Amino acid sequence: MATLIIRRFLIAIPTLFLVSLFVFALQRALPGDPFLVIAGEERDPEVIARLREIYRMDDPIIVQFFAWLGQVMQGDFGRSLRTGEPVLGLILQKLPVTIQLATASILVAVAIGIPIGILAARHKGTVVDYSASAVALSGLSIPNFWFGIMLILLVSVHLKWLPASGYESIFVHPWEAIQRLIMPAFVLGNGLAAFLMRHTRSAMLEVLRSDYVRTARAKGLDEDTVVHRHALRNALVPIITLTTLLFGELLAGAVLTEQVFTIPGFGKLIVDAVFTRDYGVVQGVVLCTAIGFILMNLLADVLYILVNPRLRTG
Amino acid sequence: MASLDSVSAAGAAGGMKARPGVLARLIRNRSALIGGSIVLVFVLMAVLAPVLPIADPFKSNFLAIRKPPSELYWFGTDELGRDQVSRLFYGAQASLLAGIVSVLIAVAIGLPFGLLAGWYGGWVDIVISRVTEALLACPFLILAIAFAAVLGPSLTNAMIAIGLSAVPIFIRLVRGQVMSVKAEDFVEGARAVGARDLRLMFRHVLPNTLSPIVVQSTLFMAQAIILEAALSFLGLGQQPPSPSWGQMLNVAKNFMEQAPWMSVAPGICIFLAVLGFNLLGDGLRDALDPKEN
Amino acid sequence: MKLLKVAISAAALALATLPALAQAPSTLRIGLQEDPDMLDPHKARTFVGRIVFMGLCDKLLDIDPSLKLVPQLATEWSFSPDGLTLTMKLRSDAKFHDGEPFNAEAAKTNLERAMTMPDSLRKSELASVGSVEAPDATTLVLKLKRPDATLLAQLTDRAGMMLAPKSLGGDVAAKPVCSGPYKFVERVQNDRIVLEKFKEHWNAAQYGFDRIVYRAIPDTTVRLANLRSGELDMLERLAPTDVKSAQGDKSLKVASMPNLGYQGITINTNNGEASKQPVGQDKRVRQALSLSIDRKVLSQVVFEGLYAPMNQPFNPGNFYVNADLPLPERDVTKAKALLKEAGLSKVSVELFVTNNPVDAQLGQVLQAMAQEAGIDIQIRATEFASQLRDQQQGKFQMSRIGWSGRIDPDGNIHQFVTSKGNQNDGKYSNAEVDKLLDEARTVYEPAERKKRYDAAQKILQDELPLIYLYNQTVFFALRSNIEGFVINPDGMIRLAGLKRS
Repeated sequence: MATLIIRRFLIAIPTLFLVSLFVFALQRALPGDPFLVIAGEERDPEVIARLREIYRMDDPIIVQFFAWLGQVMQGDFGRSLRTGEPVLGLILQKLPVTIQLATASILVAVAIGIPIGILAARHKGTVVDYSASAVALSGLSIPNFWFGIMLILLVSVHLKWLPASGYESIFVHPWEAIQRLIMPAFVLGNGLAAFLMRHTRSAMLEVLRSDYVRTARAKGLDEDTVVHRHALRNALVPIITLTTLLFGELLAGAVLTEQVFTIPGFGKLIVDAVFTRDYGVVQGVVLCTAIGFILMNLLADVLYILVNPRLRTG
Repeated sequence: MASLDSVSAAGAAGGMKARPGVLARLIRNRSALIGGSIVLVFVLMAVLAPVLPIADPFKSNFLAIRKPPSELYWFGTDELGRDQVSRLFYGAQASLLAGIVSVLIAVAIGLPFGLLAGWYGGWVDIVISRVTEALLACPFLILAIAFAAVLGPSLTNAMIAIGLSAVPIFIRLVRGQVMSVKAEDFVEGARAVGARDLRLMFRHVLPNTLSPIVVQSTLFMAQAIILEAALSFLGLGQQPPSPSWGQMLNVAKNFMEQAPWMSVAPGICIFLAVLGFNLLGDGLRDALDPKEN
Repeated sequence: MKLLKVAISAAALALATLPALAQAPSTLRIGLQEDPDMLDPHKARTFVGRIVFMGLCDKLLDIDPSLKLVPQLATEWSFSPDGLTLTMKLRSDAKFHDGEPFNAEAAKTNLERAMTMPDSLRKSELASVGSVEAPDATTLVLKLKRPDATLLAQLTDRAGMMLAPKSLGGDVAAKPVCSGPYKFVERVQNDRIVLEKFKEHWNAAQYGFDRIVYRAIPDTTVRLANLRSGELDMLERLAPTDVKSAQGDKSLKVASMPNLGYQGITINTNNGEASKQPVGQDKRVRQALSLSIDRKVLSQVVFEGLYAPMNQPFNPGNFYVNADLPLPERDVTKAKALLKEAGLSKVSVELFVTNNPVDAQLGQVLQAMAQEAGIDIQIRATEFASQLRDQQQGKFQMSRIGWSGRIDPDGNIHQFVTSKGNQNDGKYSNAEVDKLLDEARTVYEPAERKKRYDAAQKILQDELPLIYLYNQTVFFALRSNIEGFVINPDGMIRLAGLKRS
């Protein structure tokens, strides 16, 4: 187990290196000069030249890359070109925002997806099953950003039930936070719910077909006990693993959801940074995301091994 | 969301050879039939747009700006007084094109690299897999946004960006397929008889990877349509005056209150088209995978 | 697991850094269109940043709604007869937020920082200043290299803002310490900036709110929805398309005034290969283009008719508007005749627009109008950062761009059309225009200055290196219980006198 984790960490290093190099190269290929934007409406050539010097923009790209890498090794992610704030501070400021949204979305997804999935599996081939599948497929097909706009239009603009945007921390203002979380969490969570529903359904079907469930039934246990005691517990294993893997999907979804609901999180940070050519921020955020992604994958593997003792020796 | 789902789902269809009767099963499959019909309707919309008796999608009318739906304008008019119906028809062209071209790009690059990695293994595999993993570790949409920004905002570039960012998904898929096919008896047999690598790859391995690729491509088509819409929504896709559903939404969000019809219709089109491809993909998977029957 | 740890510590951090933002009755919540950039007045560059500085930092001078200079930290000011020395009398009762007193020495430190700091963006604004002296605590003397009629206007803005001298060694942008009516509390990037009343401000009695919260909400519809639901007390830059519905809402009120800037089309007449086409080379083609545009309809279609059409760089009603150059009526026949005269029946030209819906719509309206005169405009939408780059490198034929405007007329014209102007991206060059506009900079007497601008404009209207289209009216929307708001053409929010009834 420990060896596995260590091995995975070692493999992650070249991956992270490649991610950084790749993003660095990609950014420098972005057209447009950030300093033309930063230099303000006046665009004083003297100021621009001076800024390029400060940020070492005239060094060869490879030199810039290793300079950046050296700083990161020492825990310095540089500063935002746009606001002059330290990138690490920005990331720490935005991370809880997106984690709050992601957690709420996963809760929504689990609360909707798993029960419906079980229901569909238990009633395979009936109207219940078909309607559940139809709902799930719709969830997968609806464009998040449009769904968000429609919700704002209906719930905030017309019905005036919920605020249209913004963020509050759940630890500081729980009530305001929940009000602001409902719509985005639902928008982001419905696609995941559909995904979970489909997998819960197939995992349940598999387990329900298995020998020991048949044995349990043969013993005369009633269907509810079979489903809850035996089948569900076994079906949950792959589902938990899958949920961990949703991280990447969540982040991608958060990008647009945060844009639509003006939530000052990770997704909004990176989109704004790409558009304003805020190199340091893009670089830092992508690196953090990649680390998070790799950690979540590792977590999924570990969970998987923990629940499948047979694999431990492998 | 669909991408992860479809990867694992398509993976489940692993290694199954397309056999006679696929077409028959496809027709019998309800979801394939419904999905196929929806897709067909949109294809017809896109292809027939120029010959149908609809208004010129570029003809602005400054006297009929943001008019609500009426007998004359079924879905209302947009911010320049253009007929939303014909904008939606021509928008179908952009969305379908985005789906097809980006899938082609993803397959064209993903297939050979996946083949190489899966077939040769060793350091070729290590290098390709590391790069793939690195790409997968960047959020998909961010990657697409960055590519689109590098290339400059246009429909063509959005398609390239979407295609490029999907390449790692296809590399993974093909690599996995090839590795499992390689281990099968008939390939080992052919190898033992001394068949050359290239011949083997094209004769035996490639055909056996096709059906999951077809399934994955159909499902990715759905993703690509959403992504094109998302990029256009951020101003990085189709550029005016040419219409695309995402770009129509981008404009419409400023008029949510004054002209809600502007945002309703394009959104429904995206939803239906994506639903169509998802249904078709699901149906294809069932039809190509006898295990489910 | 590591992630969990990060998450926990980050959550703890969020707890620690977000002090109670309870909506006390005396908090004023303002919705901004963008997130401001650096909160260091000497490095800041955005319009929206200036709005925040209005609460945070006092300036030497201010302007009233009619653009007249009024005292702020300086109470009196005068130029020497030769125009080379500016002497200012300063307040003695002003203090910085860290308790340091404001005096001539502090002002000198600030001006010198603005003039010499390597990444200062204020250098060009203070370019005429040779040295700064502080003979006593309340007297500030600026020695000029040349007479400069624009200097006082610069001192009403960021160049005239004062930071606490002791804070200059620290991270100014992250924690600005000024002498304004409100002091900095915290900033959450892309979300909010919070200020708190500075009780020792010399004019503290004038400021009714204890706290100011600026919130960045870029989406206009969402910003308005927040105002409606009472999450905001006021917002800046209400979209013209939302004005009608805001006016119809009894819980809201709308204030408006023409701003100081202009919006138009910059044409590449002389910058590299891209200028070598009919629109760049032949002024008759440019005249035809200008004549093909119906500026009133343009405003009607894109801005509900709420933005005033214009054909000069100065806003409607400005003292420097040249009355001999009225707004041209659309004339397609004349436009076609001009093209014919130039030996052309059809012209094709590329127009850069920024990839946002409003600019794209504007581009398409221009396209449709020019089409009728035989000018085929191809729209190229790019991101703003790319557009600026291409424009500066001369890789453009025409570009749709605007200017937020300056108090002094020089700021709206000189750098755009003089041969060496920083913003003269089309490299337009005319010796007579250069001479007139350079001279206008050194003349203090307004009527005399105007003569030079009038003469220069006459040439520019004929050669059209820039086609001016419309002026952006500034719209503010407020909850109807907010009183005392004084609108100003600079689009700023001055907090003095604001209160909730």
